[in-house]
Order: sequence, then structure tokens, then C-alpha cells
Amino acid sequence: MMARLPRHGLAQILALVMILAVDRMVSPQFFDLRMQDGRLFGSVIDVLNRGAPVVLLSLGMVLVIATRGIDLSVGAVMAIAGAIAASLADSHSLPLVLAAALGTGLICGLWNGFLVAVLGIQPIIATLILMVAGRGIAQLITEGRIVTFTSPDLGWFGAGAILGFPAPVVIAAGMLGLTVAVVRGSALGLLIEATGGNARASELAGVGTRLMILAVYAWCGLCAALAGIISAADIMGADANNAGLWLELDAILAVVIGGTSLFGGRFSLLLAVVGALIIQAMNTGILLSGYPPELNLLVKAVVVLAVLLLQSPRLAGLAGLAARLRGARLRLKGAKA
Amino acid sequence: MQKGPDPAPLLDVRGLAKSFGALRALQDVDFTLRAGEIHALLGENGAGKSTLIKVVTGVFARDAGIVRLDGAEIAPRSAKAALDCGIATVYQEVNLLPNLSVAQNLFLGRQPTRLGVVRQAEMRRRATALLQEFGLHIDVAAPLGNYSVAVQHVTAIARAVDLSARVLILDEPTASLDRHEVEILFRVMRQLALRGIGIVFVSHFLDQVYEISDRITVLRNGRLIGERETASLPRIELIRMMLGRELAETTGERVAAPAHGAGEACVSFEGYGKAGTIAPFDLTLHHGEVVGLAGLLGSGRTETARLVFGAERADSGEVKVEGRAARLHSPRDAVAYGFGYCPEERKTDGIIADLTVRENIVLALQARRGLHRPLSRGEQDEIAKRFIELLDIRPPDPERPIGLLSGGNQQKVLLARWLATSPRLLVLDEPTRGIDVGAHAEIIRLIREFCDKGLALLVISSELDEIVTYSDRVVVLRDRVHVEQLQGDAIDVTNILAAIAADGAARGAAS
Repeated sequence: MMARLPRHGLAQILALVMILAVDRMVSPQFFDLRMQDGRLFGSVIDVLNRGAPVVLLSLGMVLVIATRGIDLSVGAVMAIAGAIAASLADSHSLPLVLAAALGTGLICGLWNGFLVAVLGIQPIIATLILMVAGRGIAQLITEGRIVTFTSPDLGWFGAGAILGFPAPVVIAAGMLGLTVAVVRGSALGLLIEATGGNARASELAGVGTRLMILAVYAWCGLCAALAGIISAADIMGADANNAGLWLELDAILAVVIGGTSLFGGRFSLLLAVVGALIIQAMNTGILLSGYPPELNLLVKAVVVLAVLLLQSPRLAGLAGLAARLRGARLRLKGAKA
Repeated sequence: MQKGPDPAPLLDVRGLAKSFGALRALQDVDFTLRAGEIHALLGENGAGKSTLIKVVTGVFARDAGIVRLDGAEIAPRSAKAALDCGIATVYQEVNLLPNLSVAQNLFLGRQPTRLGVVRQAEMRRRATALLQEFGLHIDVAAPLGNYSVAVQHVTAIARAVDLSARVLILDEPTASLDRHEVEILFRVMRQLALRGIGIVFVSHFLDQVYEISDRITVLRNGRLIGERETASLPRIELIRMMLGRELAETTGERVAAPAHGAGEACVSFEGYGKAGTIAPFDLTLHHGEVVGLAGLLGSGRTETARLVFGAERADSGEVKVEGRAARLHSPRDAVAYGFGYCPEERKTDGIIADLTVRENIVLALQARRGLHRPLSRGEQDEIAKRFIELLDIRPPDPERPIGLLSGGNQQKVLLARWLATSPRLLVLDEPTRGIDVGAHAEIIRLIREFCDKGLALLVISSELDEIVTYSDRVVVLRDRVHVEQLQGDAIDVTNILAAIAADGAARGAAS
């Protein structure tokens, strides 16, 4: 596995380069950059900026998936965090707003982790609960309306800039750096991979597997809350119905494109981020090309399939499957005869 | 049941061989099943019973040998093909669909139809009639999952027999049945034998084997040890066939130095046990001492090991580590006290197949140090390199995923995982299981070496001469009770066998 990793990453990077090249073909100004009001503008910056929420989600999701779990609730947690931030923004100070929104995300994550690690509920079901309930909670917070705010402090998280880069990009990059530092700088990375690879054996080797699982869901909730804050700041308001809608699927897709197996074990934070950017580069490209956005979904499906096939160590496995199916059909015929 | 001049065998297996890589799972095995007999296939874990069944039923391809059914050579290439030939297998885990009705399970894939529509009433009528033949009067329209495991077993057997099976293989069918359910199953088995069906019965309950079987075939380490009439095979002889080697074969000189017993007490258990798992036991392990656990499969050896390591929580008794009261509620606790455990099921409970040799080695040490004190890559490399050299792990590549190594080398990596934590007590459950001969001898040598360095070792093995070779003390288990401790010169294969068989013989005479 280790020896294959560089080649593994190659597929994703190649795919991103190819998609950017296609984007350049449909929109010749794709790589143009210009500075305006101390902030960079251009299609590439747009990809990074629009992609920031899914990048954040995929940072949490990749760790969850590495433990052989999944978190369907991240979109709903985005909506909750966004609703809290937007409702508090004009009446409270920024640190308090952030603490409330991020703290709620953390609690959501701990709830998921509790269901999975302590009660032993299957991750897909455990997080489905919050996926459904979370949107309801967000609507209760906003009282069913779209809550807008005017606070420039919170607005900075959507429209601000540091050294010319949009704030969401800087935040996502910072979060990537922080996650890599925490996970790979401590023993967390190894213990998460061990837990996902073989939880029974890890438990018997003295690994606190429950703690690992709790930790990754908590981190996932935190990342989702941050993504929710950015999304709310971007539109200066919170829409409980649509904030983060279906983004959990994009995040899962990003992780899978990034080469992390849904069966847990090995994971790559960087490649998950590349996966998220691949998705956003496609979205932006189709918007720029002038094709109807409906096409987006189809193109996405084709590209995802291509990337997955590219990184599959055994395309031959498909041939084997075909042979087995053929064999089964023959046997069926034989049985009928 | 069948006497007189050897009737033509129903199933005749000759010279069967099967290897998995370097591991020879079956070597030159013969097996003969007559029509209308119940034939017990016995052996400890890893003896080759499952492999034999899987080769005969086409799940594994064989390397050499002939299988004849009614004199005609057969070579099924899948379980389905074997079933078509007339060989049906019912596994311990019934592989039917608990959410479907009993009738649907019986006729799945061959439901009676009219114009393409399943005739439910007809199917239920036929299902009821079929099960009545087996003495089961149940509502066949109810989901199979509503019924006991025994009924599920009989249903599986009924389905298999109704598919015109002539050879029925029952793999550990009684493992999860109570006494009454076993009676039901045995009645069905006898009935089928009378109809001329040959039944292969795999079990590790010797009482049941003596109760139901006509003949016994024993395998050990992938070889045929012998085939006997049940009635004329004393129980101690059977156990000797399963566990011991022929006396001439015994090469193991006792290498345990008697002086070892003098070490300080390292860990001691008093009245330690768990209801339904293992009766309370007293056990003291000294530094520099190897204690062997001997007993048949299911006698409570692994249960003892799991209790010692905290993988099961005891509900009675106390444990002291270096004289101080300790609490063993989880493997984490045990690791914190400096215990290590190499489980029997290496693949599911030991290795983490995707991770590299290096990562597998440092895992326990890292877990013990905690999250905030990560081993640097340099330290990891150094530890991995040291143990790869020390234990001669091959190939000597720390970055290779452990799943790609041979069984013996995986076992060495697991040993390295615990040695890296500098443990005070190491529990080894069948450390030489499924390992080729070369690595086997080496692991035994390593066990003695660790012990000389002051480590306390608790070793489980089905190989009695192996236990005799390295143990300073042997604890014999029977029916989940620690029944005897042998020490010094008393440790030999004969005494261990006598301790294992003692009660069984008494019970055999009583019943």
C-alpha cells in the first residue's frame, strides 16, 4: 500500500490537471488573475473559494471514513452552525458567535461519535438521525425564515481576504495544515488507520478504539460547523433549508476520489482535498462553458467513474467479474435445460 | 452400524493434498465414508478438517488426490457443483435466510410454480410434509429466524437432503445447541443414516462423537492419523491420536531448566473467573517461567487467556501484579500493566493487514505511550529494524504491508509488537498454529529465550510435545475448569493425556 501511494496520488493530480486544462479550453481566461480592492479575482481563485466548504467537510469526512465510518450529517450540521452564527451575529461579539457555532458543531460530532462508538450503532444509521433532525433544528433556530445579518465581522469569513486570498481559502488551507499537524504530528494518524484497518486487533493491541472513533466524529462536526459559518457569511444570512444541502455527498465523493477506501484503514488528507477541488473545478468549468448546469451532475458521474477506474489497482477485477457473471448465466441455462 | 466385509464405499478419498503457500494443510489424506454410516471427523484446530471438507466440496481446488463418489471420480469446482453431485454441507453458521419463511427457505430457487406464479399453498404443503419426516411439526409459513437454531439446522439438513444429497457433511452442527436440541438433531441423523445416506460429523464434543458415530477418522497437522471403529476405540487412545505424537516421533527434549521456578511472582490470579465462560481459577505466573495451558478445543484455554488479558471481564476473583492489586477491565488496562497477547486468530484479531510491518510492530508501544507522545519516524524505523533482525522476519522490508507476509513471519511481527513494549507477561495462544516447520522450531526457541530474560509466559498449544518441551509448569483444563497443575518431572505427554481424559472416562462409564 505504502509503495503504491505515490502512484495512487498521481491519478488524482492527473485528473485535476486534465479538468483544469478542459476548463482552460472552454474559458480562455480561466487562469487570468487580477487584483481588486486587495483581493485576487479569477476563475482559479473562484474554484478555491467555492470549493472551501467541501474541502473543510472532506477533512473531517476522510478521518471518519478511515475508521470505517461515514458521516451523513455534515450538511445538516452546516445548516445548524450557519443558523446559529447568523442569528447571533448582529447582537453578540464575534468570538462568542464563533464559539457558539463551532461548539454546537463539536457537540453534534460528539453525539454522532457517542452513537457509533459507545452504543455501537451503524455509522450510516447513526448519522442519518442527525442528518434528518439537524435540518429541523436549524429551521427551529431560524424560525423557518431566512435570517440575514449585517455584521461585517462575520461577513469577513465570506468576503474578507488575507494577502489577496479570499478568507474561505485561507481558512480551509489553515484547517488542512492544522489537521495534518494534529493527525500526522501525533500518533492519531497511525491509531486511526489501525482502528479502521482492524478494530478487533487494534483493541487487543491496547488502542483505545472508541476514543479514536469519538475523536474523528467530533473533528468532523467541527469542520462542518466551520464550513457552515463560511457559507452563511458568504450570503450574509442563513437558509436552513438549503445551506449545505447534499454537500455530505460531495464530501464523501471527494474522500473516495482521494483514494481512501470506504472499508477504512489508509487515508490521505491531501488527496481528499484534491478530490474536493476536482469536484469544484468541474462545477466551475460547466458554469463557465455555458452548458446547462443540469449537465453538471452527469459530467460529475463520468469523471468520478474515470478517476476511480484510474486508481483501481486491478482493472482486471472487472474482467474477472464479467467472466463470473457469464459463468453464472451459463450455469443457470444448464440448470434450466 | 455397517459390519462385515468392507462394503463398497460411498465416498472414497485417496491421497488428497492441499497447500496454501508454504503451509501444507493436507498431506496424503485418505477418507472413506460408507453408505448409511455416521462418520466422525476429528482433530484440533488447524488439523485439516475444514480444508478436507472444502476440498471435497469443491470450495478449494486440490493439489493432488482422487475423490470418488459411488466409484465414479468427481471433481466439483464449487459448492454448488458438489451439491449437484449429491454432497451437501451444513455449516455451523446456518446459511439460510432468516427473514424468509421456513417453506421459502426449503424451496428457494425451486419453488413449485404455475404459469410463473409461485404456488404458495402447494409449497407450504410440501414443506410441512418434508419436515414431518424429520419429526418437526412447525408452522412453515413463519420466518425461519423465529425458530431455534436446532430447527434452523434441521431445516438446512432437510433442504440439503431433499436436493437428493447422498453424502451429508455436518460441520460443528451441535456447537450452539442445548441438550434437548442435540437430541432432535441426532434423531434426524440416525433416521437419515437408515435411509442409506452417509453422514460426516465434525465436532469437538467427544461425548457426542461416542454417542452418535459409527467410525472415527482423526487428522492432525494435515495428516491422517487413523480410522477406527468408535466402539473399539478407548477415549484416552482417541485423545492421544488427536493431541500427542507417536512416542517414537517425540523429539522434544525438555529444555526447561528446573531452576526457573524460583523467580519472583509476577502476576497472580485468585478465584479469577467468569460465569458461563470459565470456572474460577488460581494461577500464579513467575518471572522467567513458562506456563503451558493444555486441554482439548473448547476446554477453556483461550477463555483463560482472554480473561488474563482483560479482553473478557472477570466477574469474580482478584488479580495482583507484582504483589499489588490490579484492575483488568480491558486490553488497554492489561497493556498498561505490561501484558501482551498474541491471539490464536492471527488474521482477525492480530494483524492489521493493510498497515506495514513497521506500523504493526510499533502499534502496541504507541498505544501504551498515548497520543501525545508519538514515536518519531526515526524511532519507528529503528525499532522495526531491530526486531526484524532479532526475529529474522522475512522479507526484511519494514514498509511491506503485513498482509503479504507468510503466517510464520506475521506471527513474528506480532511477537515483535509485544516485545517492543518490554512486557512483563506475554500470553501466546497457539503461537505455532499454521506455521511451517522451520518457523515453528524458531518460535519455540524464541519462547525459551524471552523467558530467560525474565519474562513470564503463558502459552496455549494443542501440540502436547511442544508444551512439554518449553513449559516449567503445565495447567490442564477440562470442560472450562482448571483441573490439574503438573510441575517438574511430572510434565510429560502421558500425564497430560491422563489428566485430560480422566473425567471423560469416568463419565463414559457412568452413562
